[in-house]
Amino acid sequence: MTWYLIRRAGQSIAVLIGVMILTFLLLHLEPGSVARSVLGLKATPARVAIFDSLYGLNKPLYQQFDIYIKQIFQGNLGVSYQLQQPVSSLIAQRLPRDAILLGLSTLLALVIGVPTGIYQAARHNRLADDLLAGTWFTLYSAPDFMEALLLIALLCVQFHVFPPAFPGSVNSVGGLFADWPALVLPVTVLSVNSVAGFSQYVRSTALQTLAEDYIRVVRAKGLPERLVLTRHVLRNSLLPVITILGLSLPDIVAGAVIAESVFNFPGMGLLFWQSALAHDFPVMLGGTLVIGAATVLGNLAADVAYGVLDPRIRYAGA
Amino acid sequence: MPAPETAPAHPSPAGSPLAPEGGEVTESGTGTQLSLRAFVQSKRAMTGTAIVVLLALFCFVGPLLYHTNQVAVNLGIENSPPGPGHPLGTDPYGIDVLGRLMTGGQSSLELGFAVGIATTVIGLLYGAVSGMVGGIVDAFLMRIIDTVLAVPTFILLIIVASMFSLSLSVIILILTALSWPYTARLIRGQVLALRSREFVQAARTMGATGRWVLARHMIPNTLGVSVVTATFAIADSIYALSALSFLGIGPPPPFTDWGTMLTGGVNNLFNGYWWQVYSPLVVLVLVVVAFRQVGDALNDIVSGQRTDAARRRRRFRLLPLSGPRPE
Repeated sequence: MTWYLIRRAGQSIAVLIGVMILTFLLLHLEPGSVARSVLGLKATPARVAIFDSLYGLNKPLYQQFDIYIKQIFQGNLGVSYQLQQPVSSLIAQRLPRDAILLGLSTLLALVIGVPTGIYQAARHNRLADDLLAGTWFTLYSAPDFMEALLLIALLCVQFHVFPPAFPGSVNSVGGLFADWPALVLPVTVLSVNSVAGFSQYVRSTALQTLAEDYIRVVRAKGLPERLVLTRHVLRNSLLPVITILGLSLPDIVAGAVIAESVFNFPGMGLLFWQSALAHDFPVMLGGTLVIGAATVLGNLAADVAYGVLDPRIRYAGA
Repeated sequence: MPAPETAPAHPSPAGSPLAPEGGEVTESGTGTQLSLRAFVQSKRAMTGTAIVVLLALFCFVGPLLYHTNQVAVNLGIENSPPGPGHPLGTDPYGIDVLGRLMTGGQSSLELGFAVGIATTVIGLLYGAVSGMVGGIVDAFLMRIIDTVLAVPTFILLIIVASMFSLSLSVIILILTALSWPYTARLIRGQVLALRSREFVQAARTMGATGRWVLARHMIPNTLGVSVVTATFAIADSIYALSALSFLGIGPPPPFTDWGTMLTGGVNNLFNGYWWQVYSPLVVLVLVVVAFRQVGDALNDIVSGQRTDAARRRRRFRLLPLSGPRPE
């Protein structure tokens, strides 16, 4: 287990360094120069020179990388060209709100997805299973911006149940809950895609579990089917969900970009989209770094948790 | 243990004690023939393929039969509802929506197929080489993939898309650059599994070079998985382009695709011009669902789960079916 942990942590560090190199390279991938794309084509050479020296863009590449890495470790992710605020404080403002949005939607997805997955496995290849599988598949395949728009068209425009977007004044985490009706639709849209993933995954693991000998034994003992499913199948099918949780993190974050821009949710996704429209690279790359790090750590945590919870993995990895 | 609900497709004396385990051998032929047959028999695969073919015909042959003006603005007929002359109405510039669907679909489908093929070729080579060579090279190549995969593809797509002036070919390049790592990692896993199989070791023992094993054993045996990932890559890239257009960072006009049409329509949805939203919506969902259906069905075939009947029969087999067959 220790060796497995060390190896896994080493891989994560390598990937984290890779993400830093990636974001640094992306900044310099910009055709022409950063200054030109931010200041516009009509900027005078003097303004371009001032911009370059202000952001250290006139130094050799290796020095810039050195500075970049040192700044990252000091928690300095640069300054937004557009908002003239430190990127780290912009992200720090928004990250807690995203934690709430993503946390709530993942929780909702699990609460819906796991029981339906087990139910589908119990009704394997019957009408209920086929219907549910078809529904999840269509919802999963349909673009999430479309789901968002249809919900808005139906629940906001037609029936006025929920507000279509967050009021621009929401600035605090408490404000999110004060405006909870505005939270309902983004959470729903984000969870729809995850439900499909979770339920289909739980369904296939539950099918494998159902074929195990110990299930046959408890059935032969005369345990009611309901208890077979809740006590034995559910527990054993729940473990792999941890891995899926870690792996689906990038998808959830990507979905958040669309959901947040549709619903004007003041999170990382909206910040990201607005900076993409304004060519605000420090914000985009700082955000990418934070998201990348979160993904790597999330995967690591999922792997470790899985190893701790399932002894078979632990011994196989040792 | 649930009993099989329906009779197997090929009647066999399943109840008799003499019945072979796993049912009669009812299919014979090479692996490719069997897979093709399974593909044709799979309802999902065939429905998906039919939808894709019909949509391709609609987009590429349709404009030859249904002539519309897709260039000039005609404000005299702006936002007209579906009716004679314009079966799906017109958009805010007086352009026929049905004709627009065809033109927009061309770019969506071209993008999908180009990215699907390019992703598969690059991912196949990278993954196969990484898995074959192994050791430090493999570890290094895999960390590169982990790095790209650590950042959500859509986020990277937005960053890169906001840097370049986009055209269809640039988007194809970007999407390919971002999506091959998935294929590569999958193929590498397959190659690692294949490496320990007897027929590969036999070839090695007989003095086959690495390149020979790669070309004759590894790549043909991972083609099934590659086709599956290609299908998903097509669906994902069509979806990514539409999402990008929807966010307003897609290629600038006169470029058009279903996502662009959708965004334009959404701005008019609250005026009651529903035809501008629902027409691109339906085709977009249709094409993505169709490709994913095909991919899912192919996945079942490739992973050895043939038709439903075979799957039901297999449940009663005791011997593992995967792995090398005893000759």
